[in-house]
Amino acid sequence: MIPALFFYLFAGLCVAAGLMVIAARNPVHSVLFLIMAFVNAAGLFLLLGAEFFAMILIVVYVGAVAVLFLFVVMMLDVDFAELREGFLQYLPVGALVGIVFLAEILLVVGAWSIGPGIPRVITAPIPQGVTNTEAIGLVLYTRYLYFFQAAGLVLLVAMIGAIVLTLRHKENVKRQNIGVQVARNPASSIEIRQVKPGQGL
Amino acid sequence: MTIGLGHYLSVAAVLFTLGIFGIFLNRKNVIIILMSIELILLAVNINLVAFSSFMGDIVGQVFAMLVLTVAAAEAAIGLAILVVYFRNRGSIAVEDINLMKG
Repeated sequence: MIPALFFYLFAGLCVAAGLMVIAARNPVHSVLFLIMAFVNAAGLFLLLGAEFFAMILIVVYVGAVAVLFLFVVMMLDVDFAELREGFLQYLPVGALVGIVFLAEILLVVGAWSIGPGIPRVITAPIPQGVTNTEAIGLVLYTRYLYFFQAAGLVLLVAMIGAIVLTLRHKENVKRQNIGVQVARNPASSIEIRQVKPGQGL
Repeated sequence: MTIGLGHYLSVAAVLFTLGIFGIFLNRKNVIIILMSIELILLAVNINLVAFSSFMGDIVGQVFAMLVLTVAAAEAAIGLAILVVYFRNRGSIAVEDINLMKG
């Protein structure tokens, strides 16, 4: 009874927050509702027994991705009211596509069951007696090591790409050039003049 | 009253549909479109973890983590492109992004 109650709580809040993400007038509110959707999804993952993934979702999505969105929304000086023109114009076709799509998926989900032969082809059964984190580690670092490395490469490429895209050198900003500083010597920086008394230069 | 696999799949289906709906609805605002894509990827993750939990196969959670990685990378690159685009054009309206002239 209690798990069912929490499932409906998390699921309802998650869907409501998802609706507000696309319906909110202010993009900052959209980002905050996105955070709420992620937190409730993490609750759903906890109910499913995937504790590690729930915590990773909060750390990565709420802590990094959503804050990145918040930064960009607040940094760009965009007239968001202008961007919302045509909101009602796109509403009918969007609603039509959405409802058709939702009906199709729900029809598939409703008339669906696990086949009798499926439990025999499970790749890596969840081991009993170890924590969820340990169970993931036992598989991720052995059988899926190359996928793990590829994920690291994806993150590296994303980091380099984001830096390359947003880095810019302004023309009139003075920068320190260490090579030039080190290469200075008395001959290049000091000039000795003989000044005659009473005449000046 | 037990919660089965179908319940979780239904939640994921609704979230996925909301993401698609959001892309249609906010066709001018790239930031909302990126957030809708995040919602879609979240729905995919719910599907993967739900199947993993109900079928007793840990691989679903491993792959959900890979999806999470790709989603984070995609958000970072997308927002970087958005910032560069805003510097060049002074707006983020999607309709202006058909020039491709740098």
